[in-house]
Amino acid sequence: MALTLNHLFAVIMLSGAFSLVSAMLFVVMDAVDVAFTEAAVGAGVSTVLMLSTMALTVRIQKEKKKPIILPIVVICLVGILLIYGTLDMPNFGAFDSPAQLHLGSKYLDITYKDMGIPNVVTGILASYRGYDTLGETVVVLTAGLGVILLLSGLKGRKNKE
Amino acid sequence: MKHHLILKVITKFMVGVIVLFGLYVQFHGDYSPGGGFQAGVIISAAFILYGIVMGLKNVQKVMPVWFAQKAAAVGVLVYALTGVFSLIFGFEFLNYHAISPEHPKHGQHYGIILVELGVGITVSFVMIAIYYSFAGRTPRLDDKEW
Repeated sequence: MALTLNHLFAVIMLSGAFSLVSAMLFVVMDAVDVAFTEAAVGAGVSTVLMLSTMALTVRIQKEKKKPIILPIVVICLVGILLIYGTLDMPNFGAFDSPAQLHLGSKYLDITYKDMGIPNVVTGILASYRGYDTLGETVVVLTAGLGVILLLSGLKGRKNKE
Repeated sequence: MKHHLILKVITKFMVGVIVLFGLYVQFHGDYSPGGGFQAGVIISAAFILYGIVMGLKNVQKVMPVWFAQKAAAVGVLVYALTGVFSLIFGFEFLNYHAISPEHPKHGQHYGIILVELGVGITVSFVMIAIYYSFAGRTPRLDDKEW
């Protein structure tokens, strides 16, 4: 049913629910920080933004004349390829995976000694990788500026005319 | 949403709780999951919720458009100035030992709090500003239109 859904409100709500479910998946996999972000951004803010976009445009997608078999085949093929790609990866939580052996364990060892804070993720993000986080913050600001310029700029021009 | 009394009452109660939780995530980020980014999104979610239920005009009385847009840049400024602060005192850029050279651990702690504060400020106000620019273009909707 969801494949042929063309009521956009239902589609947006479904994608919000999907975000919430994947947030729970992240909690199960012990990535609480990512789960936090996914729940707040994916299920919360982006759903609101998509809803307001829908309010600006249309509520129901136009009926498509073409059959949707080809896209489904492409999606299945790509899905199979992705699953095939994961077969080579180490098992979830394997202690001898490359990520655990080198840098990861080093950070786990030195973070508490260097800063005395228990949350290693925060330690890496804010101190060891401070440059990157500064760049990310600038990216967020730039993205916001872009949206503000695109959407409010047009409105101002219309008002002047 | 003129007549949704239950939604309005619940929202008035929830906005405070959400902002409080956001502040907890912000300033407790070095002990528990979360940090500036998550806290910023949570705090902006409180304002967006208020805007959805009470209307755009009412939320813009609390948080004017110009304030959200200017404050977004202040966050990056707080972050970058923390780095410049260490430069001035002869350390590398963003080396938090400069804040408290006798106790490097304390310096790291203060530095992380400052930097996360910058991230939180930028993220929350950018989200609010993006919501404003979307919602400001939407014509007034009736309940039936959904």
